[in-house]
Amino acid sequence: MSISSDDVQHVARLANLSLTEDEVARMSEQLSGILGHVEALAGLDLAGVPPTAHALDLENVTRPDRPRPSWPVDEVLAGAPAAESGAFRVPPTS
Amino acid sequence: MSVETLGLTAERCVELLDGGEISCRELVEAYLDRIEAADGSLNCFLRTRREQALSEAEALDRNGRSGLQGVPIALKDILCVRGEETTAGSRILEGHRPLFDAGVVTRAREAGLIPLGKTNMDEFAMGSSTEHSAFGATHNPWDASLVPGGSSGGSAAAVAAGFAPLSLGTDTGGSIRQPAALCGVVGLKPTYGAVSRHGLIAFGSSLDQVGPFALTVRDTALALAVIAGHDACDSTSVPLPEPVRVPDDDDLRGVTLGIPLDLLRQGVEPGVRASFDAALTRAEALGATLREITLPHAAHALPAYYLIAPAEASANLARFDGVRYGRRLEEPGDTIVEMYGRTRSRGFGAEVKRRIMLGTYVLSAGYYDAYYGTAQRVRTLIRRDFDEAFAQVDLIATPASPTVAFPIGARIDDPWAMYACDVLTVPVNLAGLPGISLPCGLSDGLPVGLQLIGPAFSENAILESAHALEQDIAFDPVPPPLREARA
Repeated sequence: MSISSDDVQHVARLANLSLTEDEVARMSEQLSGILGHVEALAGLDLAGVPPTAHALDLENVTRPDRPRPSWPVDEVLAGAPAAESGAFRVPPTS
Repeated sequence: MSVETLGLTAERCVELLDGGEISCRELVEAYLDRIEAADGSLNCFLRTRREQALSEAEALDRNGRSGLQGVPIALKDILCVRGEETTAGSRILEGHRPLFDAGVVTRAREAGLIPLGKTNMDEFAMGSSTEHSAFGATHNPWDASLVPGGSSGGSAAAVAAGFAPLSLGTDTGGSIRQPAALCGVVGLKPTYGAVSRHGLIAFGSSLDQVGPFALTVRDTALALAVIAGHDACDSTSVPLPEPVRVPDDDDLRGVTLGIPLDLLRQGVEPGVRASFDAALTRAEALGATLREITLPHAAHALPAYYLIAPAEASANLARFDGVRYGRRLEEPGDTIVEMYGRTRSRGFGAEVKRRIMLGTYVLSAGYYDAYYGTAQRVRTLIRRDFDEAFAQVDLIATPASPTVAFPIGARIDDPWAMYACDVLTVPVNLAGLPGISLPCGLSDGLPVGLQLIGPAFSENAILESAHALEQDIAFDPVPPPLREARA
């Protein structure tokens, strides 16, 4: 499996990463190498084998829906890089 | 009175405190002084909390104490502590002060354990050497030119170096057991769900577990008893079927140990194999029955893990975007998407970016079934392999790491060579099982770890067998360079 520079750029956009040209080249080589090591899995007979998302057989877990105080807004915003009028401040969307 | 912390167990700390030979303050101060004097060259701690720890110790001295109260503990920096910097070894969280304590930190405080500080780790727990920390590598106390293993390298090395009698780490693919092996200490990865993940900064949510490091198996059991159990803030945590017992068995009569020969062919170096085989001979002499077993799909665990864990990581790390916490990098005129990219690209290190890219790729349209779906089916096969094995044997024994500690820099530029460190530990995480690493001897003067794996929630059986072996092996956990420095 070979991951082209275009593939890397596409995935970087999906992941909100901006990579330098050097990083794109290195990522293309290293991801191709890593995926080469996982190719053996494709040879396994997996017909009828269900996927495991969770190792233990847990039933759905619920709890009583009781109102509780949430975190104080000022404490939450104190850890944010930028805040204004009781909200997280972010740059314009476009 | 001042106390020698090198080789000092938590049980011995309790004896000294109970007997009035030392105060909590003196004990905590002895550890903090030792860290200050000797951690400069090892870099186990990212930061200590001297003022808070001493004042917590003084409060116990004033009000009276019992049990584990007053025993120090070190915390991996992936565990949230309210109001105190928690970075997960990453620039992107520099200065981050969580709003709450992790579930295990709450438990530790309730038991009266005194956190000394936060230990170094591979960034977001992604690595097997602690070299991927944004704040510099940790060095192995047995030989400072070598890695301590990872990702919980700081927590493992801190216990080996006498900086804390107990520490907590996390294990997603081996990050407790492998550094325990490389540093010559005991490390336990509990059954998935046995310990709360609340306030553990998530890496691979279906795999992550918190667990203890200690110098002895009994200390490990004491620490597990503190942290295990249901937490309302983690719906995947469950009550243990029975309380944790502090083991005192000294034989292995009636225990059948399974030896998975197929897994032992996965790159185990000869010195490790020799030490492992010697431990099996001891086990047999202690009354254990050895039986060869097969785990036919275990060889596929490493590739399956390196699809599943990065996939989960890519989703979990999406939250670090410079909006709600941590650092933001922004240039005038940036749009929000440009700010996201700038923040994440500079905030994350190379290995974290590699895993996010890998995970995003294998989850992306057109590849999901071929990679992630396949890996999840392989995960089922691995679980079935263990189920079949545990129908024949009580516990499974392997080395915890295929090699002893390797030189700093040796694997950093070859991702798959680093990933291969986890070949003997990842099957256990994929199946959600408990596993321990205990020192079983030396190879070229460096510690070798024996891994014992059991069925889900068999922690007591693992601890009992590990204790019996530990008594017989009588491994000296004090790293020779530190002993010589003291002499």
